[in-house]
Amino acid sequence: MTIAVCIASFFFIAALGLALRRAVVGPTPFDRVVALDLIGGICLCIIVLFSIVFDQGVLLDSAFAISLVSFLGTVAFARYLALGEGDEK
Amino acid sequence: MSILVAVLIVLGSFFAFVAALGVHRMPDFYMRMHAATKAGAFASGLMLLAAALHFGTLRVALTALAILIFFYLTTPVAAQTIAEAAYRRGVKLWSKSGVDKFAEDLSKNSDPNGK
Repeated sequence: MTIAVCIASFFFIAALGLALRRAVVGPTPFDRVVALDLIGGICLCIIVLFSIVFDQGVLLDSAFAISLVSFLGTVAFARYLALGEGDEK
Repeated sequence: MSILVAVLIVLGSFFAFVAALGVHRMPDFYMRMHAATKAGAFASGLMLLAAALHFGTLRVALTALAILIFFYLTTPVAAQTIAEAAYRRGVKLWSKSGVDKFAEDLSKNSDPNGK
């Protein structure tokens, strides 16, 4: 179990690094939004891992909140970026 | 049961890593979005299944099921919205991708005063 948690932590840190690299250098704003959405999903997975390791079931409620909020952020950014320079509203 | 939970944790973290690797390596915005959406949702599903098996109580199982349902409902919506916005803003497809169904659709039923 401890070995599995160590391997999982390594994978999660590597995944966060790769997604953060795409969020920094991404050629278009859409790449950054997708990378930030993926970072939100990975954070959800990390919170679930924490709740398993520390035996705290209540941490899953915060994972629930994150799943809702990251979706809203992505849709809001998509609606904002879909507007052209000439469009109003 | 502990072995199963450990295997599920490793698999879920591995798929999260695969999603990030796809976002890092894919040549095209649409492929990156595809990799992040599918593999990321699958990774969260595996991790939530591991949590439900580890705790074994109804409360945690129902919470994990609710998270899973919301995540699987909202992730495709977010991906579709961001992909359509990117296409309408003129983000280019990869030079080697051959099919562009959305362009055919847009040219087929294009109304002059629609968005």
